[in-house]
Amino acid sequence: MSNSGILRSSLAKKYVMALSGLFLCLFLLGHLAGNLQLFNTSAEGQLAFNEYAHFMTTFPLVKLLSYLTYAAVLFHVVDGIALTIQNRKARPTGYVKEKGSANASWSSRNMGILGTIILVFFVSHMQNFWYVMHFGPIGESDGLKDLHTVVMTFFGPENGLAGLAVAGYVLAQFALGFHLIHGFQSGFQSLGLRHSKYSPLIDRAGLLFGIGVPTLFASIPVYLFFIQL
Amino acid sequence: MNLTLKVWRQDGPEATGHMDTHALGGVSPDMSFLEMMDMLNDQIIRAGEEPVAFDHDCREGICGMCSMFINGEAHGPGRGVTTCQLHMRSFNDGDTIAIEPWRAQAFPVIKDLTVDRSAFDRVIQAGGYISVNTSGNTIDANAIPVPKEQADDAFSAATCIGCGACVASCKNASAMLFVSAKVSQFALLPQGQPERESRVQRMVEQMDKEGFGNCTNTGACAVECPKGIDLSNIARMNRDFMSATVKSKK
Repeated sequence: MSNSGILRSSLAKKYVMALSGLFLCLFLLGHLAGNLQLFNTSAEGQLAFNEYAHFMTTFPLVKLLSYLTYAAVLFHVVDGIALTIQNRKARPTGYVKEKGSANASWSSRNMGILGTIILVFFVSHMQNFWYVMHFGPIGESDGLKDLHTVVMTFFGPENGLAGLAVAGYVLAQFALGFHLIHGFQSGFQSLGLRHSKYSPLIDRAGLLFGIGVPTLFASIPVYLFFIQL
Repeated sequence: MNLTLKVWRQDGPEATGHMDTHALGGVSPDMSFLEMMDMLNDQIIRAGEEPVAFDHDCREGICGMCSMFINGEAHGPGRGVTTCQLHMRSFNDGDTIAIEPWRAQAFPVIKDLTVDRSAFDRVIQAGGYISVNTSGNTIDANAIPVPKEQADDAFSAATCIGCGACVASCKNASAMLFVSAKVSQFALLPQGQPERESRVQRMVEQMDKEGFGNCTNTGACAVECPKGIDLSNIARMNRDFMSATVKSKK
């Protein structure tokens, strides 16, 4: 098999899915650590968060990581679509009666739909925060771009649609959770990292990650919404 | 038992199929599913109509020929059984049972419930063997020591009967479980080492050419496999293919 053939193979496509997905899991941890600072809504908290946001958008190494993250998102989405198209072609006539729940988990059978929900959320999330941070309109506080206020306002009473924003955020985190519960351990399997001793640990870590990370993410807008009521 | 059977009828590969409904009475709970199908065909033939075409051979769970998708599952609701080992006691009097062929681009329907599974044969021909001289001077397999656990795993992989339930059950019609079992039965043994890398590459290439889907790690294949082939085989193939790709000179 030539090298170009290998890159087109179904297995190589799955390696790309696994590597980009697991890299994005690391990104989620970093992003979550930053977001958790938002629980501190005092003036010091505001300053600390804005300093952090400034650092994250200017420090060269972080910039490099952010480009890697964009690339991972792109690869994950494009590869996911390519795989889904091939999978549809592999069964042109469907079953009249199919009992998918008898032999596979719900999330494993709906990764495409879950991924699409996450992608829609991702685009709106980038528009609401990333775009505003980079291109404004954004106020200043202590000589720094005031992203803290942008977030507070977005999930506060000044935004008439804040309730809807929180609901959408929470829904997207549910989708992320189910996506991760299957995706985390699936990534290891696609890379061939399966072992009778360690795989049960990976499965448990995936479950913990898939429940814990989205729950913590979702708790932030919920908290910000209710304290400003 | 009295049953209502909804059976897929399709005249040929190009024809459009449909579900036909038949009422069948007097079915014994001790009958195998295939015996029940024989009874149905007997009834159809007596009515002067064309019997349902379906694959079967050994009727003892080792040949891999029977291939029915029963009530939404490959080989029906039982676990670790082929259709011939499924008995009517798994159903209740008055049940409606849907019977369909394996559905996959790579397994075209020949007629009714029979499908062409020669795609599997071509995957085997691409590399599912070891190149040894078998003309009278073969070496005793036991001359080479093999650790017991390795031998057991190789044997488990080799129990795959190539029925295609994995492809039929997979939502993507992926053949990963079959191909990985056939890769593993050699990869785990000393005799399989010389061709280990080229074998996995060639077999995966052929698998893709046949138009099977991609693996989403849902695990449905392993649940429905009548021989209990497990997902560690797929992981082994993923690993071997990657290492073969990294090491290959071209």
